[in-house]
Amino acid sequence: MKTYYDPEDLKKFGKISEFQPELGKKFFDYYGSVFQDGALTAREKSLIALAVSHAVQCPYCIEAYTEDTMEKGCDEEQMMEAVHVASAIKSGAVLVHGVQMMNKYKDISM
Amino acid sequence: MGVLTHKSLAAQSHALSETDKQLKLLQEANLTPFQQKLEETGLFPLTTVGVDVFQINVGKMCNQVCKHCHVDAGPDRKEIMTRETMQLCLDAIDKTNCSTVDLTGGAPEMNPRFRWFVEQLSAKGKKVIVRCNLTIIVANKKYYDLPDFFKKHKVQVVSSLPYFTASKTDSQRGNGVFEQSIKALKMLNDVGYGIEGSGLTLDLVYNPSGAFLPPSQEALQADFKKRLKDRFDISFNSLYAITNLPVSRYLEYLVASDNYQGYMEKLVNAYNPIAAEGVMCRSTISIGWDGYIFDCDFNQMLDLKVAAKGQHLSNFDLESLENRNIIVNQHCYGCTAGAGSSCGGTTA
Repeated sequence: MKTYYDPEDLKKFGKISEFQPELGKKFFDYYGSVFQDGALTAREKSLIALAVSHAVQCPYCIEAYTEDTMEKGCDEEQMMEAVHVASAIKSGAVLVHGVQMMNKYKDISM
Repeated sequence: MGVLTHKSLAAQSHALSETDKQLKLLQEANLTPFQQKLEETGLFPLTTVGVDVFQINVGKMCNQVCKHCHVDAGPDRKEIMTRETMQLCLDAIDKTNCSTVDLTGGAPEMNPRFRWFVEQLSAKGKKVIVRCNLTIIVANKKYYDLPDFFKKHKVQVVSSLPYFTASKTDSQRGNGVFEQSIKALKMLNDVGYGIEGSGLTLDLVYNPSGAFLPPSQEALQADFKKRLKDRFDISFNSLYAITNLPVSRYLEYLVASDNYQGYMEKLVNAYNPIAAEGVMCRSTISIGWDGYIFDCDFNQMLDLKVAAKGQHLSNFDLESLENRNIIVNQHCYGCTAGAGSSCGGTTA
């Protein structure tokens, strides 16, 4: 193994079932169902997935859902807005902990 | 016009302007042969169900040089159909019960005999489709009355608009194309095209601006209708979502952008036998500007002539054409991926 991430590995995702077929099948069945049109459209779900891919910083997911959102008819503006949603939540999640810091600061200050 | 940013591959003497080089490259991807895929799904040989549509390419001349064009059309292409060949088309059409004549190019309107040809077809009572690139309508004063001409002959207008924004449209079709397309669409709407109850059909064609597959036609149509209405007050009837086939300039784009192998794999993995069963070549014949006969416009650009007795209009043999097997090759995966693709949109 020369690198931790290899773009070719994305194509092998389905092979995770080799080591545990039953759970692998359950996962992929579940995964397939999640992304079907439902109360949310498949396109809305794809944009959510693109945002989450960035939040979890998964290069495989970013590659897959960049293509998938394009294949759902999204343009670059919509895709970048989705990334900003992830960014806002991530940075908000950092900043809201500032309240905890302030609480503690106040607790131990005169 | 500000859209002439490239030369055709032919004018560049590019290797991929030669059909044998394209066919060789299609084999080099080293993927399951399309024929084998058909065999595995019980569809080989792919046979015809009749000759319902004549798709006629009246020439490679065009006012645009789109990056994905499988015809390698452009202002530098001088191959256009003569009046004699058009007459051969009319004679051949008379020998069939075809319902539809689908005119394509290049920009078909640039052929000086285009209007005469439409008049003849219209007089025969055929449904006439014109694949209009929109910008031709505003390219020169002599084309400004095209919407009225189309209306007079109840031509169905089918026009490419890759997206409802300028950036995606212009990146594929040339700078300024979106703005001019919007102007042309307004002119078509003004005479009734795309307006409910007018009986005048204006359909749009989406194809991806890059190395990816088209979205769901239904979802995209709703999006296009809303955006074009809200932003530009433009109406149209249906949207066709078409897959780009690895032929000519799109093939060159795939190679140059290092997307060729990945795109081909994507097409193969998305093979759908239901889409394969509905491919348009089963009910269509495609006529080249010089009168040769092909299964489809893509086979025409790869110079894969029909497997029938008469390969030229001068030897038109309907019985042989109706009983022919379709010539297939690796590019055919483009019509069978996902929901399928044809000049009328999805097939599955």
